[in-house]
Amino acid sequence: MMNKSAPGREPAVRAAGLTVVRGGARVIDGLDFTVPAGSVTGLLGPSGCGKTTLMRAIVGAQARVSGTVEVLGRPGGSPELRHRLGYVTQDPSVYRDLTVRQNLDYFAAVLGIPRPRRAAAVDGALTDVDLGAKADALTGALSGGQRSRVSLAVALLGTPELLVLDEPTVGLDPVLRRDLWNLFHRLADERGTTLLISSHVMDEADRCHRLLLMREGALLAQGSPAELREATGSATIEGAFLRLVDRAARPESAGREEPERRADREADAGNTGPEGDTAA
Amino acid sequence: MSPARTLATARRVLRQLRHDPRTVALLLLVPVLLLTLLYYVFDNRAAEFDRIGSSLLGIFPMLTMFLVTSIATLRERTSGTLERLLAMPLAKADLLLGYALAFGALAVLQAGLVTGLAVWLLGLTVAGSPWLLLLVAVLTALLGTAMGLFVSAFAASEFQAVQFMPAFVFPQLLLCGLFTPRDTMQPALEYVSNVLPMSYSVNAAQQVLEHPGVTGHYLRDLGIVAGVALGVLVLGAATLRRRTA
Repeated sequence: MMNKSAPGREPAVRAAGLTVVRGGARVIDGLDFTVPAGSVTGLLGPSGCGKTTLMRAIVGAQARVSGTVEVLGRPGGSPELRHRLGYVTQDPSVYRDLTVRQNLDYFAAVLGIPRPRRAAAVDGALTDVDLGAKADALTGALSGGQRSRVSLAVALLGTPELLVLDEPTVGLDPVLRRDLWNLFHRLADERGTTLLISSHVMDEADRCHRLLLMREGALLAQGSPAELREATGSATIEGAFLRLVDRAARPESAGREEPERRADREADAGNTGPEGDTAA
Repeated sequence: MSPARTLATARRVLRQLRHDPRTVALLLLVPVLLLTLLYYVFDNRAAEFDRIGSSLLGIFPMLTMFLVTSIATLRERTSGTLERLLAMPLAKADLLLGYALAFGALAVLQAGLVTGLAVWLLGLTVAGSPWLLLLVAVLTALLGTAMGLFVSAFAASEFQAVQFMPAFVFPQLLLCGLFTPRDTMQPALEYVSNVLPMSYSVNAAQQVLEHPGVTGHYLRDLGIVAGVALGVLVLGAATLRRRTA
């Protein structure tokens, strides 16, 4: 997939030596990466690897962050960024005892959208997530997937330049998942929005322009899906991920096949090819 | 800080309440029923009903507002909406004042209902104006709102939040002079009661009970209640953190 970022634009996120300490442990350990402006970047890794902590560090909700993280040209967490980025947590953060429209109306007011434009902004966001029919339903009465779309709609309200989405497609049916990914690409293509989207489902990788592969608080690799597959000689991102993990565990014997791993990679059997240098 | 965001927050809190009519009914009716019960408990002792009733008018709103605010704020913290709001251009003061406005309005309604019932139906007689009593009730309710907001930071669950009510409010209730005059208590207890805000709510109510006009003591007591409410609200603001671990 082509990287849509305009060459002249500064990266939306630039991190150097980004470290987060929690309970005395380094849950994020010295990450260096960029998220190109206007790209759909996937943050992939197993559950518990630090994706959420990393996202919280980027949006400025995480305490005890060291190293540097620059967001839209500003230090992460700067007050002026609050107008320019949208963050959607994994659990839908909306009021269950309000209707969908009342939720969006309140958050639109908080974002400073003037009253005459508020109704149109709310309707637009509801259309984006395909929830127009549920506008007057009580949020607590919706299904889990619908509620996460309400949460996503809130983030779309202020037309943010950067959207940070924590597992937005988890638990959704395949049709809805495809629709959301189409929406994400539309946002990037039509509005120039940068999206950073986390997932623990590796098969969503190919929907991204660019990937950050994470494991145990460290970055295994970053690059486009094609680059990562090529560099590891794998047919799938899952295969690339496994190979990178093996390589990180035994740097001197990188590339040698473990028999029990081979089954996972039947698609690229025989290709234990040379290493690229996309490993972070 | 922006008035538009403060008002939007107050409207949102009231809209949430509107979707929960049972809570609103309980808030408004329980004090009315309790005061009626008190009236029958002190069947033929009008003077005692006047004394305890006028103090309770100030205490009811504090109890309910403490509970409602601590649970509402705890929900805001645990549901992720607080984190979301603090990642948006919302000043902490907008949030706090929004809550104070919404629950303050509810407190006016609740205190108005129960004071009206006491004065016009149950024949509670005070030397001063019932409006002065209402003012005590509203300020004490705001104190309850501020305290509820503050303690919600130390509660990890709704179970804990509910338990903070007896922990924070009952000692004040015992020491505020409702059960026995404060100057007849052990000196150590009297000293403690001097630094607890509810003592001043009850003092102010007693001033209205005994004096026809606005007394200097009444104003001083109300000032103390309002000052403590404001101070606790500022402490509550300090517990709202944009960055958490």
